[in-house]
Amino acid sequence: MGKIALETQETLTAGRSYDLSGNCCSGGAIALGDAISPAADLDDFINADPTAFAETDQDGNAILHTLVENMHCANCIKTIEQTLQSNPSVLEARVNFSTRRLFLRWRPEGVDVSDLVKPVIALGYPLTPYNSAMIKSAIAEKNTHLLRALAVAGFAAANVMLLSVSVWAGLFSEDMGPATRDFLHWISGMIALPAVAYAGQPFFRSAIAVLGAGRLNMDVPISLAVILAAGMSLAETIQSGEHVYFDASVTLLFFLLIGRYLDNAARSKARSAAERLLLLKAVAATIVLPDGKFKTVSVEAVTPGTHVRVMVGDRLPVDGEVVKGRSDIDVSLITGESLPSSVGAGDDVFAGTLNLSAPLEIVATKTGDNTLLGDIVRLMEAAEQGRAKYVRLADRIAGFYAPAVHLLAAGTFIGWWILAGSWQNALMQAVAVLIITCPCALGLAVPVVQVVASGRLLMKGILVKAADGLERLSEVDTIVFDKTGTLTEGRLDIVNRDEVSVWHLDLAARIGRNSRHPLARAVARAGKGAGEYLEVEEWPGEGLRSLFSGKEVRLGSRAFCGVRDDASSDIIPGPELWLSIEGEDAIQFRFQDRLRPDAHATIKNLKARGFKVDLLSGDREAVVRDLAENLGIENWYAQKKPEDKVAHLKTLEAAGRKVLMVGDGLNDAPALASAYVSLSPASAADISQTAADFVFQGRDLSAVIETIQVASASRRLIFQNFSLAFLYNVIAIPLAVAGVVTPLIAAVAMSASSLLVCLNSLRLKLQGKGSTG
Amino acid sequence: MNVLIYLIPVALFLGGVGLAAFLWSLKSGQYEDLDGAANRILIDEDDDEKIS
Repeated sequence: MGKIALETQETLTAGRSYDLSGNCCSGGAIALGDAISPAADLDDFINADPTAFAETDQDGNAILHTLVENMHCANCIKTIEQTLQSNPSVLEARVNFSTRRLFLRWRPEGVDVSDLVKPVIALGYPLTPYNSAMIKSAIAEKNTHLLRALAVAGFAAANVMLLSVSVWAGLFSEDMGPATRDFLHWISGMIALPAVAYAGQPFFRSAIAVLGAGRLNMDVPISLAVILAAGMSLAETIQSGEHVYFDASVTLLFFLLIGRYLDNAARSKARSAAERLLLLKAVAATIVLPDGKFKTVSVEAVTPGTHVRVMVGDRLPVDGEVVKGRSDIDVSLITGESLPSSVGAGDDVFAGTLNLSAPLEIVATKTGDNTLLGDIVRLMEAAEQGRAKYVRLADRIAGFYAPAVHLLAAGTFIGWWILAGSWQNALMQAVAVLIITCPCALGLAVPVVQVVASGRLLMKGILVKAADGLERLSEVDTIVFDKTGTLTEGRLDIVNRDEVSVWHLDLAARIGRNSRHPLARAVARAGKGAGEYLEVEEWPGEGLRSLFSGKEVRLGSRAFCGVRDDASSDIIPGPELWLSIEGEDAIQFRFQDRLRPDAHATIKNLKARGFKVDLLSGDREAVVRDLAENLGIENWYAQKKPEDKVAHLKTLEAAGRKVLMVGDGLNDAPALASAYVSLSPASAADISQTAADFVFQGRDLSAVIETIQVASASRRLIFQNFSLAFLYNVIAIPLAVAGVVTPLIAAVAMSASSLLVCLNSLRLKLQGKGSTG
Repeated sequence: MNVLIYLIPVALFLGGVGLAAFLWSLKSGQYEDLDGAANRILIDEDDDEKIS
């Protein structure tokens, strides 16, 4: 035992040291992040005040839901839960590792929730509280329901099949008496009928819904076949007939439910990842009461005229006018410009922008839906409504498949009635036709491919948000890119690093790490910034000042550092920062929003594949032209407002083009919603991620190519699957119409075709492995 | 064939137990955090008590 324990310990340690080199772990994630890069992106997480989010349950205990960052392994779960449980007033602390959420329940008497969660945050696990009502997802509920239906169908299918096999064996050996056969049929019926009534509900509901809307989908023939098969089998059993289809009806449901469940599970996984990104950005507002005290409330509670305090690093909750304070505001989400704008008392500021350098007090002018953000949301919703409703491939096929099958069954019924004279027998044959043509393989053709495709994309960090996104993407012929944050990384980096001595860069980094200004952050990223902490004073909109070994050091704008306008001989347009040390010449840092590392290759590749590539940006003309020429994009458009972008897409659409929009800014959201299909990086504004059909993580733009590749491969596979299913029908239908199909043949044929379709779909996974090695 | 009279109920009962167990596990939330369950098995609780 002792030895085993020791080994476990070693394994854990080994795991830990491995994790350290990557991203983890076990307490001290922040300290670690700091060691690797001085301005670890961790402070970008908003630690909203949890007080506003604590709720009370029916027993009078307080509960809180939060998201947890930096959780990577079993040790993290243990550390977080034990840290919380060590507080005597905590009743329950439970981490959900799959969704990265934490549920906390405690006795509220005399306990401040901030003190409760502080130890966990101090360990390096940032907690972001969220409103649990915001994500009560219908999908998760549907998932549980499907799983339950799947269990019931599976149970019934296994047991009924067991009995059916006995009956078929009895038919072959010809020594089973009719009494025994009827007995087995009755038991099959007693299992199958309730199972069909319960497990068939997802299909029945959807079938009734589309029939009510006057359309057809795959669920109509499915429901009809299942109900008729069960009903006819019951009638046969009562008349002690020879052939019953109880096994076919429940097995059919079982197979189809598997497809449906997989489809739903994959989507809910993607959805929960997207939701999580959204929730990370939800914040509370700190309002200033008339007596000067602060109070944290939810954003909805803020009314116009309220004074709101915005701390450094917080997003503005409302539109407003600055009352007190001077600061820099990052407006990149709204305009797409990477440099922050400087604001002071009297300036208008907008919700969704980020406060960078100093606390601000603003008076709210517009709140909620009336903010600039709200306007963009409305524009987006309008665009979404205008988007032609896409009819999914499977439904389009069902549109002609279902009537054809029903006509065929009706024809069989009439034909047999006239030829054989007995309507009971004719009905039997008609139902056999319906069962054999029931689109089991057709029903699996799309979901299985989709599950495999989403799985392959998820491994590359691409989330499929829209169920029909892959189908639409495979039809695209034009790709429109946004500039800032899409083709570029959306952050500024030093370009003249070689001209600056390492010592100066490190000094600048030590000063710069104290600010959230993007230029200071860029300097902090470039230099090591190690060494003892420097006392730094920030002058919003101007720069940073510090004392270093008795000398004054300034890092900031040209004027702030006392540099004359003609100081630099080669003035390159673009953002700059100066470092001046008392008694020395000032040093210039120049910055540029760098292209994503593989932007060139990606654009070239896309053009080689025959896509028309456009660039659509809100930025100034000179910047956009440079970039477009650099990347070899002929069609570029600068200074486009959100409505112009939508209009541009409309023009393309009118010209018969199917457009893929790739963008990240808030200003792109309406365009993303109105494009035929859309993709956005995970660094995008939350609203853009909501609008986009796909979200990709990471720095590589090649995700665009990968997604397109997978989309066209899945389209090919879906068509192959449909062909296989039709081939099966071409063979099976004549047999059914001729009346030679027995329940045994139906069961074998159905399973074989479904299996074939599943195996064919799995080839997509093999292809993915082949290409990545 | 009289053996069927009790063999079939036995088979159905056993299947039913499996179904009930699955439905119970589903209801008690055991499918909500599959990745967490995979990781929690690594947490050695006996060890902790000795340390702390």
